[in-house]
Amino acid sequence: MSTPDLLYSEAEDDLRAAVRSLLTDHCPPAAVLAEAESGRAYDAALWRALGAEMGTAGLLVPDKLGGQGATAREAAVVMEELGRAVAPVPYLTSAVLAVAALLGCDTGQPAVARLLGALAEGRTVGALAVPLSTAAGAAAPPAATVRADGDGTLSGQVSGVADAPGADVLLVPAAGTDGYGLYAVETAETSVTVEPLTSLDLTRPLATVTLTGAPARRLAGPDRAGAAIGRALLTGAGLLASEQLGVAEWCLTETVRHTKERHQFGRPIGSFQALKHRMAALWLELVSARATARYAADALATDSPDTPVAVAVAQAHCAEVAVHAAEECVQLHGGIGMTWEHPAHLYLKRAKSDQIALGTPGRHRETLAGLVDLAAPTG
Amino acid sequence: MSATRHRPAVDADELRRRVRDLLDAHPPATTDRLDFLRARFDAGLAWVHYPAGLGGLDAPRALQAVVDAELEAAGAPDNDPRRIGIGLGMAAPTILGFGTDEQRQRLLRPLWTGEEVWCQLFSEPGAGSDLAALATRAVRDGDDWVVDGQKVWTSSAHLARWAILIARTDPDQPKHRGISYFVCDMTDPGVEVRPLRQITGEAEFNEVFLTGVRIPDSRRLGEIGDGWRVAQTTLMNERVAIGGGRVPREGGMIGLVADTWRERPELRTHDLHQRLLRLWVESEAARLAGERLRQQLAVGQPGPEGSAMKLAFARLNQQISALEVELLGEEGLRYDDWTLRRPELVDFTGREAGYRYLRAKGNSIEGGTSEVLLNIIAERVLGLPPEPRTDKDLPWKDLPR
Repeated sequence: MSTPDLLYSEAEDDLRAAVRSLLTDHCPPAAVLAEAESGRAYDAALWRALGAEMGTAGLLVPDKLGGQGATAREAAVVMEELGRAVAPVPYLTSAVLAVAALLGCDTGQPAVARLLGALAEGRTVGALAVPLSTAAGAAAPPAATVRADGDGTLSGQVSGVADAPGADVLLVPAAGTDGYGLYAVETAETSVTVEPLTSLDLTRPLATVTLTGAPARRLAGPDRAGAAIGRALLTGAGLLASEQLGVAEWCLTETVRHTKERHQFGRPIGSFQALKHRMAALWLELVSARATARYAADALATDSPDTPVAVAVAQAHCAEVAVHAAEECVQLHGGIGMTWEHPAHLYLKRAKSDQIALGTPGRHRETLAGLVDLAAPTG
Repeated sequence: MSATRHRPAVDADELRRRVRDLLDAHPPATTDRLDFLRARFDAGLAWVHYPAGLGGLDAPRALQAVVDAELEAAGAPDNDPRRIGIGLGMAAPTILGFGTDEQRQRLLRPLWTGEEVWCQLFSEPGAGSDLAALATRAVRDGDDWVVDGQKVWTSSAHLARWAILIARTDPDQPKHRGISYFVCDMTDPGVEVRPLRQITGEAEFNEVFLTGVRIPDSRRLGEIGDGWRVAQTTLMNERVAIGGGRVPREGGMIGLVADTWRERPELRTHDLHQRLLRLWVESEAARLAGERLRQQLAVGQPGPEGSAMKLAFARLNQQISALEVELLGEEGLRYDDWTLRRPELVDFTGREAGYRYLRAKGNSIEGGTSEVLLNIIAERVLGLPPEPRTDKDLPWKDLPR
């Protein structure tokens, strides 16, 4: 196994600077809160600027299919920044999960290539129609809850699909008479209902998708569909670690800033050892979270045989770090951390949802037990 | 091309050529170990980033790996870096940074070859984490300093030829400003080393009593009264040394437990499985963070992550060794050997679980307690306000004791 590159390249630093600058201008915490309360599925202006104009929507799509031809390493940097801003845009769902699923299909097929090109441009938004909690790295792809009928239509229901409310196209795993397949369905069809749910994370809306004889185009059949969905979930989980890192980073930075300014007992509260040690401990967690997230991104980028281990480690670790950082952020902000106006709650909600998304840490540890030969007790 | 042009930087190819020359002139199979190491030092291949003439070639530090790999492949003897770690990791960078030319010429070569072992006379019974409160005094007497005091937790003192020593030279100054830094000859009259037996039954460390020890002024490192600043170099390098080094997956203590888990299914319980997996993930995360730190150092971006590594490994070693004793159940009730031993280095893998459990307790104390390191991270990395320090400006002699 070659040595993974765990640092950031100059190009990645430049990309980060561009994304951060855009988010600083267009996505301050107050705007995120206003957007989350607007009832809109995502911030369309921000997504246009970030996904289409800056080209991040097509990072994972090869040049010849209309994308940027970059790798998971660059996409991970975008995810870090989006986490740091809890940005309400469908990057994970469209540019990562949907794109990765399509890349697992036969891209020589015009329908697949056309859809990839449209997603890469950022003008069409896609979503992989699986519950967001679906565990990556499981041996088998998720069981289909949708049925493909002989007439080329789909019927059935999928619950908890992230960013479905803003999606133009759904990629739906479905069981047909000849087995498991992946299908594309336009949400504009009258036979498609997307029922928004009230989600814990205000910035990543969930919905129940119901299909009643919805016209569908088959993108992959039994030979490829399962692997394509598996790879998409693995890619999504690996990159989610970088989002979790970004969430944790914001939480620590803001907590440090606050405790330096807030005075009690005649001193800045950040000078009290009991608090300092908690923040220093968080910083330690961030150091290792960054290493695991980078490793997962590098493994995905280089298609390393160690990718399943890298992703499981990154998810098992970063999910916990993000939640811990967000919980500490609320606590160390005191009363203000409990208010609606202060953005800490947006980060706590994102961190806790991310912990469940694409497999809980416990599920990833179980996966790992199989991968690294640490079997559970029998009986 | 004119002779005044800059000398080109030594690159990897040049280093490989020099390694070949060294190996041709001193074939490892037929050369005495010490002769080979001396020749390697003289060829500038000991620590390539050190200056020419002092075992290096002013080459980028990252290229050391090239030299090490070539020499290892050729079966060349090494200088046993673990056994002489204090000299290599702490004394050498301090001598390089603050020593006179004469001191560097005299001390660095036998330090690197391991002919002369070093120890560190810093901690005292009354000055551990608050190291600057130290009371060992050095009083000027002509060209000498006369040193009296007691040091503690000194590893290798019973083997050492030399020690780096900090002592108080001006009790009228505040504690950080009245300290000077010396090189102490451990064979001099007045130096007494006594084994200090510890929790494991071993005497890995020593107490060192200094009674009227005369140190010539020519063995002072740095200015009089500037010893605290000199000591910072030593301490910084201590933490880097603890955090450095490359390990494979399961290369640390977790590998021992994982192997026991695999080999002895009858010991498994669900609770232990959950805890083992969590620690496995954390070990792998710490390993990757160490690898990332190494990569940062290699491209010249040293970060403060060295302290993070020390803290992470201290905590992990304690938790993993605790789990291991529990996993072994009835066997965990036994201990391998309580006789007083004097090990030259700490070898976690050479002994059994109970030893690891007890010895790991020291990981969060030695080389800076975890609490002090957390303060350092909070203040220097995160920029949090310092603890109020009531003793900072008081003359040392007026401090309450």
